[in-house]
Amino acid sequence: MSGFWNALAGMLDTATIASIVAGSSGLLFATMGETISEKAGVINLSIDGSMMLAALAGFVVAFQTDTVWLGFPAAAAVGIVAAWIIAFGNIRLGLNQVAVGFVLFALCTELSRFLGSSYVGRPPVGVPAWDIPVLSSIPFLGPVLFSHNIVVYLSLLTVIATYIYMYWTRPGLELQGIGERPDAAHSRGVAVNRMRYWYTALGGALIGIGGAAFTLDVKLGWSDRPIRNFGWIVLAIVIFGGWHPLRAAIGVLLFGALQAFALNLQPEFPSFSQVLPSIPFPAMILALVIVNWKALLKWLDRYPWLRAILRSDPPGAIGTRFEVS
Amino acid sequence: MSLELRDIHKHYGPVRANDGISITVEAGTLHGLLGENGAGKSTLMKVLSGFHSADSGEIVLDGNHIKLASPDDAIAAGIGMLHQDPLVFLPFSAIDNFVLGSPGSTRLDRTEAATEFVELCDRYGFNIDPDVPARLLTVGERQQLEIVRLLWLGARVLILDEPTTGISADQRAKLFVTLKALAEEGMSVIFVSHKLEEVADLCERVTVMTRGKVVGEADLPIAPERLVEMMFGQAIEVKDRINVELGTPQLSLADVRTASGLLSDEPISLDVQAGEVIGLAGMEGSGQDTFLRICAGMRSTKTGSVSIGGQDLTSNHYRDFLAADLKYLPAGRLEEGLIEGLTITEHFVLAGDDRSFFIDWSKARRRAEAQVDHFTIKGTEASTAESLSGGNQQRLLLAMLPADLTVLLMEHPTRGLDIESADWVWEQLLARREAGTAIVFASADLDELLRYSDRILVFFSGRVLGELDANATNVDEIGLLIGGRTEESGAET
Amino acid sequence: MTRSRLFDLLLPGLVVVVSAVALLLLAGTNPWDPIRLIVEGSIGWPPFGAGSSAKVGDTVMVWVPIALASAGLIVTFAAGMWNIGIEGQIIMGAIAAAFVAREVTAPRPLLILLTIVAGAVGGLLWGLLVGLLRTVGGVNEIFGGLGLDFVAISLTTYLIIDPWARTGVASTSGTDVFADAAILPSLAGSRLSPLAVVIALLAIAGVWLLFRGTLYGLKLKAVGANRPSAFLLGIPTNRFLLGAFMICGALAGIAGTSQATGFHFKLIPSISGNYGFLAILVVLLARFRAFWVIPISFFFAMIAVGSSQLDLRLDVNSTLGGVLQGVLVLSAMFGLGWAGLRVQRRMAEEEAST
Repeated sequence: MSGFWNALAGMLDTATIASIVAGSSGLLFATMGETISEKAGVINLSIDGSMMLAALAGFVVAFQTDTVWLGFPAAAAVGIVAAWIIAFGNIRLGLNQVAVGFVLFALCTELSRFLGSSYVGRPPVGVPAWDIPVLSSIPFLGPVLFSHNIVVYLSLLTVIATYIYMYWTRPGLELQGIGERPDAAHSRGVAVNRMRYWYTALGGALIGIGGAAFTLDVKLGWSDRPIRNFGWIVLAIVIFGGWHPLRAAIGVLLFGALQAFALNLQPEFPSFSQVLPSIPFPAMILALVIVNWKALLKWLDRYPWLRAILRSDPPGAIGTRFEVS
Repeated sequence: MSLELRDIHKHYGPVRANDGISITVEAGTLHGLLGENGAGKSTLMKVLSGFHSADSGEIVLDGNHIKLASPDDAIAAGIGMLHQDPLVFLPFSAIDNFVLGSPGSTRLDRTEAATEFVELCDRYGFNIDPDVPARLLTVGERQQLEIVRLLWLGARVLILDEPTTGISADQRAKLFVTLKALAEEGMSVIFVSHKLEEVADLCERVTVMTRGKVVGEADLPIAPERLVEMMFGQAIEVKDRINVELGTPQLSLADVRTASGLLSDEPISLDVQAGEVIGLAGMEGSGQDTFLRICAGMRSTKTGSVSIGGQDLTSNHYRDFLAADLKYLPAGRLEEGLIEGLTITEHFVLAGDDRSFFIDWSKARRRAEAQVDHFTIKGTEASTAESLSGGNQQRLLLAMLPADLTVLLMEHPTRGLDIESADWVWEQLLARREAGTAIVFASADLDELLRYSDRILVFFSGRVLGELDANATNVDEIGLLIGGRTEESGAET
Repeated sequence: MTRSRLFDLLLPGLVVVVSAVALLLLAGTNPWDPIRLIVEGSIGWPPFGAGSSAKVGDTVMVWVPIALASAGLIVTFAAGMWNIGIEGQIIMGAIAAAFVAREVTAPRPLLILLTIVAGAVGGLLWGLLVGLLRTVGGVNEIFGGLGLDFVAISLTTYLIIDPWARTGVASTSGTDVFADAAILPSLAGSRLSPLAVVIALLAIAGVWLLFRGTLYGLKLKAVGANRPSAFLLGIPTNRFLLGAFMICGALAGIAGTSQATGFHFKLIPSISGNYGFLAILVVLLARFRAFWVIPISFFFAMIAVGSSQLDLRLDVNSTLGGVLQGVLVLSAMFGLGWAGLRVQRRMAEEEAST
């Protein structure tokens, strides 16, 4: 067992924590994107595929133009197209969001392998490091938060921006409204479907940027292996995070910690460490069971602060189509 | 702001919900709108609040013609609508509900909004904590929240749809004081209600609607009986009914109460004998469907017992009620009765008592055709449920019932049906009555209630306000009870 | 038939064909070459010609699990469920079959039977778990199924690395090959197992019969179409939902057995081959009709097997096959959606003019 504790203790140093933050940028972008989309009522089930395709697009453009920064808009574009296909299929054609999203997932996964085959192993183009002056010299917080690169800083800012937008602005409140109860939002003059298109596109863009963050920063270079299944993990974390940006961000960091932990365990417990990265899923299931367990909810009502932390209620109208009747 | 509706027409398919409605509401008046279910009030209010566009007709505000193509337009024109089921976002706090959709800076200043919110609440004597989630507010409090929000948005015409359904007497008194003050400031208030006493008490003028048309207007105050007469029409002569010998009680409720909400105040006891027909009267949402669901075993009770055919089935599952030969037909024919996409034959197979694993389709089809013939359903055995008209859907539902029933519960058996289908439905129901079935039905049609019931239970605000002998009562008496007025007090309970 | 209605009927097909051709052109080849190579790679050119028996055998053995999973999915879709957990159900079936193959000694026919039964039971239990999470735990079956998929994958990885690791070799590529007695009997020179084919066909026929001619199937359809109405008619809706998951799980589990003892002959990390997800695509394309599952699964199996040729002969990446599958289904969905919209609009116009 000592190996277990050693692995755990080995994580509690600044360098490891800093690397967890650095490695989470892609997931942070994507999780914020999907949180926004689902808050508006649209599930984007294609993430596992579209994020990979966007990651590829980002890499290819950056590689061909030898400019890292052009990769991100390209990736965002791919994410927007994928998200928009789902929104259009649902709102205009009445297709099921889950159905379109699933088929798109399959298609984008294959497409990314197909188009990316000739780019495997190509030398990567990376995002340059950029320590923030002064702030990066602060002990502990310096290396953890301020000694990365602009992509990581932007991912952290995106979390904060998403949170502030959703809970501290008027349009953000309306965003919550269209996913919670579209008829009530409609009666207050909010253009429900038009907003759904916009927010789904925004979500898609962030998901795409998240993908690019992987190939251009976290795991430089193109190969589909490292980010396999990350799209499903995004979906799990959004649920586990209760559709709240800050909780979801914590979920992402926990996941990163889990991966670091697994890495540390590898030499001693090779088999267990392989299994560890799948833990978000049972955790998500547990979270969903807790949410629905009425007896537990009644007990939690006595401790509102605890309830607020654990609550995981989906937006009331998620997955449904709104029609002006 | 004065409001004029000129010749508003709105139809849904063949149904004319608003058939040439013209109403004038003077600025600064409290104008009541009375009418029973299906009269067209809600359609008219939807048109006025921008949810639907009228097919034809004009809306004139302060002399200006306005076009209302969306709720946005209505809000911009200063028309605020308070729905009976308040359109609030349940998980959000009261202050978030207050602010959502309001114009203003991108930055959301909750403290500033909260100050104005509390100020408005204080002005009208409302007591709502800005931070509490709307889910924890009572229906009355949610309506207060909406009222305050609409006032904040600068509404000059306020439409209130059954606003006093869930609030206490104190709050209602304060609301009336507020509405009167607002009217004095020039606000035009349209007060849609079925509570005659309230309309008589609060409003200065009243319009009465029935079946899509305006049937009467009057300046108030006038006697409540006159309002009843306008709403429900003259008493219809009751046809002679075949007297059926009543048998043993098939449905018995003893001291039944729910845990909360509708039917939780006073215990209800009722015995329905074989061959007896009980009518449930009252405006929608007064407790009739809760009552029916309790009788069907689909809703649990806090106290009391429910017995079917002599068996105590109080805490039993719905399937035990089915096994006791009880059947429940809710009002939503396609939502809670028939299954879209399935054919008539398939429905009969599902409802039939042939439990064999393999379906003999040729036999099933022949039987279905025979039923279609016997019950004169306009369609073939292969017609899908949604392709049938309302009347034919009802025929199918009745045809699917087993031959012998101890108890038959129906919600609005003839809603939306033409006269011919309605008569046919009652022919079937009366035949079952003669065979010994106990029938309980809810209806909004007083004529139907008087004509076919032996006894009538009137529901108001979540309790049974009165039990009447159908032979000895009349439209006026029922109408008053529906409106909440009992004999003793003469004032509203 | 008016021109407009004819267009409605042909629209989805047109969209599909146009999309497929466009895709192939974009891939840098003329449309015909990849098609010919895929056919050649899966069933030989000329089809079923001389020397193609090994390839045909492989294609058929890829068809078997896809067809079985599709048959199962028809049942869960009929109940109104999105059984994304099908992958996990296939995997658990494979694991159960592998367990029997490794631990049980018995004469061959009995052993084969046991692996099939074990596979069915393993898949059934895993499907039941998704169903229980849904009915009792209130967990949406998409996420419950997804979660359990990953648990199943992790379990496979764990088994391959540790308890069932290859003796002496530290490898993540799979377990030891199963004993001969556990392998599905096949025709000489290929993997084609007539037993597997028969079982798959029986499963499809069974599902077809279930919905065509049984009361159980009709009730299941009712539950999926309108749960409140079904409940009012006295149908125990929760029991039927669980039943649907169990039936699908069992069929998926047998697909897993086929993969383990009929194709790979050992347990490998990606034992399900993503055939569960592929089956979802098949069922969507087949519009939930059991009969169409047979040709469409075969078509998708051909693409899966044959596209390996694209790499070797055309210098086009073999995943083009997977892309083609996705494009076909997506364009079919949108084509059908568009056609449906036109029909709705026409019906509204007709009503308004009466």
